[in-house]
Amino acid sequence: MSKTIKGQTGDWEIVVGMEVHAQILSNAKLFSGAATAFGAEPNSQVSFIDAGMPGMLPVINRKCVEQAVRTGLGLKAQINLHSVFDRKNYFYPDLPQGYQISQYKSPIVGEGEILLDMKDETIKVGIERLHMEQDAGKSLHDQHPDASFVDLNRSGVALMEIVSKPHMRSSEEAAAFLRKLRSILRYLGTCDGNMDEGSMRADVNVSVCRAGGYEKFRATGDFRHLGTRCEIKNVNSMRFVQMAVEYEARRQVDILEDGGTIVQETRLYDSKANETRSMRSKEEAHDYRYFPDPDLLPLVLDQAWVDDIARSLPELPDEKKARLVKAGLSAYDATVLVAEKESADYFEAMLATGIEAKAAANWLNNEYFGRLNKAGLAITDGPVSAQANAAIVKMVADNTISGKIAKDLLDIVWSEGGDPVAVVEARGMKQVTDTSAIEKAVDAVIAANPQKVEEVKAKPKMASWFTGQVMKATGGKANPGVVNAILKQRLGLPED
Amino acid sequence: MSLPSSLTDFSLAEARDAVHAKKVSSKELATAFVKAIADARPLNAFVTETPEKALEMAVASDVRIAHGEARPLEGLPLAIKDLFCTKGVKTTAGSHILGNFIPPYESTVTQNLWDAGAVMLGKTNMDEFAMGSSNETSYHGPVFNPWRARNSNQNLVPGGSSGGSAAAVAGNLCLAATGTDTGGSIRQPAAVTGTVGIKPTYGRCSRWGIVAFASSLDQAGPMTRTVRDSAILLKHMASVDPKDSTSVDVPVPDYEADLERGVKGLRIGIPKEYRIDGMPPEIEQLWQKGIDWLKAQGAEIVDVSLPHTKYALPTYYIVAPAEASSNLARYDGVRYGHRAEGAEDIVDLYEKSRAEGFGKEVQRRIMIGTYVLSSGYYDAYYARAQKIRTLILRDFTEVYEKVDVLLTPATPGPAFGIGEKTADPVSMYLNDVFTVTVNLAGLPGIAVPAGLTENGLPLGLQFIGKAFDEATLFRAARAIETAANFTAKPAHWWRAA
Repeated sequence: MSKTIKGQTGDWEIVVGMEVHAQILSNAKLFSGAATAFGAEPNSQVSFIDAGMPGMLPVINRKCVEQAVRTGLGLKAQINLHSVFDRKNYFYPDLPQGYQISQYKSPIVGEGEILLDMKDETIKVGIERLHMEQDAGKSLHDQHPDASFVDLNRSGVALMEIVSKPHMRSSEEAAAFLRKLRSILRYLGTCDGNMDEGSMRADVNVSVCRAGGYEKFRATGDFRHLGTRCEIKNVNSMRFVQMAVEYEARRQVDILEDGGTIVQETRLYDSKANETRSMRSKEEAHDYRYFPDPDLLPLVLDQAWVDDIARSLPELPDEKKARLVKAGLSAYDATVLVAEKESADYFEAMLATGIEAKAAANWLNNEYFGRLNKAGLAITDGPVSAQANAAIVKMVADNTISGKIAKDLLDIVWSEGGDPVAVVEARGMKQVTDTSAIEKAVDAVIAANPQKVEEVKAKPKMASWFTGQVMKATGGKANPGVVNAILKQRLGLPED
Repeated sequence: MSLPSSLTDFSLAEARDAVHAKKVSSKELATAFVKAIADARPLNAFVTETPEKALEMAVASDVRIAHGEARPLEGLPLAIKDLFCTKGVKTTAGSHILGNFIPPYESTVTQNLWDAGAVMLGKTNMDEFAMGSSNETSYHGPVFNPWRARNSNQNLVPGGSSGGSAAAVAGNLCLAATGTDTGGSIRQPAAVTGTVGIKPTYGRCSRWGIVAFASSLDQAGPMTRTVRDSAILLKHMASVDPKDSTSVDVPVPDYEADLERGVKGLRIGIPKEYRIDGMPPEIEQLWQKGIDWLKAQGAEIVDVSLPHTKYALPTYYIVAPAEASSNLARYDGVRYGHRAEGAEDIVDLYEKSRAEGFGKEVQRRIMIGTYVLSSGYYDAYYARAQKIRTLILRDFTEVYEKVDVLLTPATPGPAFGIGEKTADPVSMYLNDVFTVTVNLAGLPGIAVPAGLTENGLPLGLQFIGKAFDEATLFRAARAIETAANFTAKPAHWWRAA
């Protein structure tokens, strides 16, 4: 889908902004000591604070603050040394306090940015803010015929809400934003990014405007150049983000072209039906009665502490990519390798053995990733270690084995395991570079095929047929370069 | 030392010394107070009596004393306001909505007291969620003031919200009690029951485990028969608490040691704004008497001005309900406490449970608080109230460059009759006119008995101090206590009732 939608009355532009809730990676909750592990027995990880018992008070978890700051730094964002926790008041059974503690007016992190590598361009998406807040519990409506149950394990778990500016212009960019943000959080170790466990959820704001409206918005900052937005709540995969944006933008264009207006509202994405449905309109929206939480003092950070965290930041995807490109990788290969932290770590482990980056990247992208995809395995679950793959690449590079043998070798190591070097040794897979053995094989093939010898003289390209026959005769172990050289000499073909 | 003839007439200090000297056993003390409480049920001062617990704790204390392991408050029976969560003992905050809630945890302040050896007699009655100035909003019914006007059988209020604690202290039903003070809930009942009560500096006592009313104003404090007793008790209530982010890590001095230093050379400010319209001459005269006593003891009297005082009461009635409306949202009938029968759905369950569970005054304040925080009104009310709070604190900061402590009346009048002010919330709110400013500024304030009205009802004076300077308040209050020689006691009319 491109950035414009062709309508009957002209072109429309899509504008997308996103609010991502990311669970902070921390052993304890934001304001209590209760554990945060996923999948525990219902209500087994609940402190008196999380259950909203009388007289209980929140105490900020330093680790969570550190993680939020680390994330802010990773987003190249402004860190606010003074931030304030507010109460967002509303009634719901999975919200035991009757309010969520969140940062409303003064968030801990201000403006930052994320770079998206799209096919033909790199896009900069602005980050508006990042703030910390408590998660709610979970209402279970399917446990009893006429009662609902509540599981408070998630109640009080620390979340970061990361709000983008409306700088995405297509469904692909929206999905790419979420993918890149997830990658950065995982590099930083501040969120595990497990979307199917709810560790990351996106609220996607979609609007459409007439062609040119977005440029005017960017030039002036005036939101009136954009259309009315609808917020699609809790989208929990990249694919669904893409599909939801496509559906929603099309829906809005259809309404506008029929002479209707877009109502600002919250919508739900139904992935089974692939459509969005209205949840509540702006008029039905809660009045949250935000006010500073009097149980908590303003959060004041020490610049030196922030600087310490900055110094401990790992290399992030963009920097890693730049380094790999400098080391000889194509931009494409580098982008693929750094996208997932695990792939990048795997690749780095291969490079650590001293092999050349380009060869390692080609091998991974062309051979190993293909096999993983086919088997439906994540890189962390694949059967071949980075060191084993590196050993194979190394043996190809120093002509110990041929490229073709390398693939066979990978198949063996994949299914049977073992040290590639030992396998090559034990099964006699080493490449033959002994000229006399190859000469013998070449001569035998020439002698057996006089007809073909005549043909190749007229059509030198047929030489590859002979190469294939010699390779076959040597069980693939002959060095193809040497075979070619001897063939050309014996057949009297010109050198290239 | 000549000891009182009855154990229940002991001051906390006297009882402590007698217990430590093994002249009296803790069990004897506990037994005497258990009986006094049972005899005083007409006062309705207690909502939960814990006689078994009291005797059990007292016996354990006697063992420690016998082994020479007595702690500072060993074996001293206390009454606890029902706002403090007490492990295994029903805690209602004076409300129906908490039902038969039995906390599985102990508030920090009461834990500090038990750790110092004190003995629990029971939980005292109070205005519902500490919202009230007469103890008449309690779900458990009103408390009667042990004091009655001369030649009168009319029942009077004990003040509020810590009315049960005040009555228990004034009626000699305990050695001392805990209270909490959000806008005057310790000092106002202390003043109208002839007892001493101090609201410490905000952050001095942990709020953990105290049912919250208005978090930025709530503070626990002691209620006692003497200034010395308050000095002793506060020492063992106060602590910095890692579980309360607003508690403050300031050393707690030995207030008792400093008590008799006198007021010579102390600069005492008299804020002119506390001379309000319609103030009864008795209050005016009492205040002047206080000034004269202090002057006679060598204090320097300085006229000062706290110009934003007149905004304090309206500011308080924005800030406190706002915070309360949010703090009380957790009482929803879902997890604990009262749940209405026959609810159609979740919203119906909330509405019915809360309509049945909260009394009228609490509902009124939740509505006021919800209103002042709602979108479109926040800036006009809550945001502006916070700005005034800052100005009020600045008033004090400026005045404290010139004086060490301020002297004001504690209440605009003596105890009034049951039902006299319940019809008019504003006249009820005016009871706190001299006390709320202190909460808004987070400063310590103490009420000390200073005299009787013509009808023989107690009146108190208030000292307001610098932050964390409770020591000076005790010294100044002690000077008033000495000069006033307040020895009057209520007749124990309830024993015949």
